[in-house]
Amino acid sequence: MELINIAVKAIFIENMVLAFFLGMCSFLALSKKVETATGLGFAVIFVLGITCPMNWVIHEFLLKPEALAWTHIGALSALDLSFLNFICFIAVIASLVQLVEMTLDRFFPALYNALGIFLPLITVNCSILGGSLFMVEREYGFSESLVFGLSAGFGFFLAIVGLAAIREKLRYSNIPPGLRGLGITFILTGLMAIGFLCFAGIQLD
Amino acid sequence: MSKTKAIILDPLSDNNPITIQVLGICSALAVTVKMETAIVMCVALTVVLTLSNTVISLLRTVIPFQIRMIVEMSVIASLVVLTDQVLKAYLYDISTQLSVFVGLIITNCIVMGRAEAFALQNPPYLSFLDGLGNALGYSAILIIVASIREVLGSGTWYGMAVLPEAYMGNGLATLAPGAFIIVGLIIWVQRTVIKKFEDS
Repeated sequence: MELINIAVKAIFIENMVLAFFLGMCSFLALSKKVETATGLGFAVIFVLGITCPMNWVIHEFLLKPEALAWTHIGALSALDLSFLNFICFIAVIASLVQLVEMTLDRFFPALYNALGIFLPLITVNCSILGGSLFMVEREYGFSESLVFGLSAGFGFFLAIVGLAAIREKLRYSNIPPGLRGLGITFILTGLMAIGFLCFAGIQLD
Repeated sequence: MSKTKAIILDPLSDNNPITIQVLGICSALAVTVKMETAIVMCVALTVVLTLSNTVISLLRTVIPFQIRMIVEMSVIASLVVLTDQVLKAYLYDISTQLSVFVGLIITNCIVMGRAEAFALQNPPYLSFLDGLGNALGYSAILIIVASIREVLGSGTWYGMAVLPEAYMGNGLATLAPGAFIIVGLIIWVQRTVIKKFEDS
């Protein structure tokens, strides 16, 4: 039940894009067509679902205060390496994305072609690093961070596909010149965020 | 002389990192509920951006092209770790309010974008100025957004009451949707003033 709660919270109530503004750059840049938006959405679910638990393991067994106690070496056990969080997380994300890309290319060429160009872009998508940082801040366990990663990715997917669908329709409307492109997209996102606000307060337990 | 001046002044309006280049939106929206957090974020980003541009520009002749991204990432990440530690030591309250967003300067596209687009091709002094100019452009938008959101949302500006007490505060301005709509309107105004339009 706890896990379902985390999932509902990550998808609807604390949506990565609409409540925390994470991953805005690619959200705005790649939401012109539903097709590309879907591709990016899947890639984000995939990468968040892997990096969150992966970074949890690294944080739990290497970086957090007294994490190295399992080595039973006195000097190591007392170490607090949590200031290395950022560097390690971003390194894990960058190398993992690279690995995933190579594995997909080798074994699942169809999926690779579908996600292809989006994978490298994801390294600098703040929602991925943000996911790992939130996981640390909220002190999730392993299964919780796995569920959180997947559902945060799904939240991103929902938001970007929704926005892309609206923007495709938008092509037929007459928008004031200064508002074209970025301006109207922001206002649209604002309206979507208002929609998602009505999920606030849902609690399952 | 005019070139250095242009490097600093251009990003303030005509080539603003947020409203024109569309970089670094995430933090711009997230930390602007109050002036105080916005200003701390501006200072943090200015430090990181100017230093990272300078360092990457100093290293530009020795960085192998294929692994430049990783080198840039590690320079930026180290600078962010430094900034984060300083904030935690001296401004603990604000650093907890900024929560993950200081760490997210690493993936702030402005820093990476300016390193790629400017610092890799230009000498350190010009890169320093470019970093400073872009940081100022970013700060300008952040301060405008934060002012509007704090005044509308809580009737205060930098913690000082500016509206009469009868003003209840508009909750929407402090929530996410308010931020999106305010930034959208600012972009509209700015693009109409400088006449830079996108094709629909």
